[in-house]
Amino acid sequence: MTEMSYLDGNMLDGPMHELFTVDLSTAMGRCENCGMTGSMASLHVYSHAPGLVGRCPSCEAVMVRLVRGPDRAWLDMRGTTYLQVPMPMEQTFPGPL
Amino acid sequence: MGIVSPGFQGRPRTQEPALPPGQYLTEDFPVLSAGPTPRVSLDTWEFVISAENGSEHRWSWQELMALPQETPMVDIHCVTRWSKLGTTWQGVSLDTLLADVDTGAHFALAHSYGGYTTNLPLDDLRGGRAWVVHTFDGAPLPAEHGGPARMLVPHLYFWKSAKWVRGLRLKTMDEPGFWETAGYHDYGDPWREQRYQGD
Repeated sequence: MTEMSYLDGNMLDGPMHELFTVDLSTAMGRCENCGMTGSMASLHVYSHAPGLVGRCPSCEAVMVRLVRGPDRAWLDMRGTTYLQVPMPMEQTFPGPL
Repeated sequence: MGIVSPGFQGRPRTQEPALPPGQYLTEDFPVLSAGPTPRVSLDTWEFVISAENGSEHRWSWQELMALPQETPMVDIHCVTRWSKLGTTWQGVSLDTLLADVDTGAHFALAHSYGGYTTNLPLDDLRGGRAWVVHTFDGAPLPAEHGGPARMLVPHLYFWKSAKWVRGLRLKTMDEPGFWETAGYHDYGDPWREQRYQGD
């Protein structure tokens, strides 16, 4: 019997880059269901499906769904409380106006 | 040189006539899943229809098997573009399961072990067009294909045929399910190629 397997969250980088410039592999996310905070790269991503489904590695709740139509994409992150994204140090004076 | 040159063979056939637009034929049975495969014991399995007035109709595995069984042979069409023709199933018609349910609802939300949901008009579950099936090709339905039991609604894209089905919630208002809230079409008629919202 075939057990459905999943990929790690690194595979979301390419598809998500179509929407955002954020590098998801270095982002942290909080699971809305269980509260676990961890690397988005650690999500369990089910890709043998009509879209990509990223699940919390702790409780398996859906944190991310990404559907790519031929000319549109849908991103549902209601299962992710927040994304914590590394940013460059805020520019101090003299910064750009 | 043959009598008929390649220029006189008419338009090339790009797909079988039995296939809806944009689909290709497959002989195997691809496994699609949006999550881990639930393992449901037959001892605890149940199917529940909840009407909009709060009443519930409930069947155990033994009670489901005691109902009149049908053996639909149908073509199935997945929104990921594969179609499989002449599949054989065994199960119970939704006409049978809905027969004693007193409802004025127009919509149903199928829900599954593992949390999956999908919405359908209640009329599409009637008229000999929908089943709860437990047997595929003469053998118990494997878990990866939705066993112990799944919906079979072959006139709509196969995401509407919920795997590991646990019940139906009958509703006066349409409530979109798992894929329908993520861009997929609310109805999903393969012959009208209703893949995404707005198709």
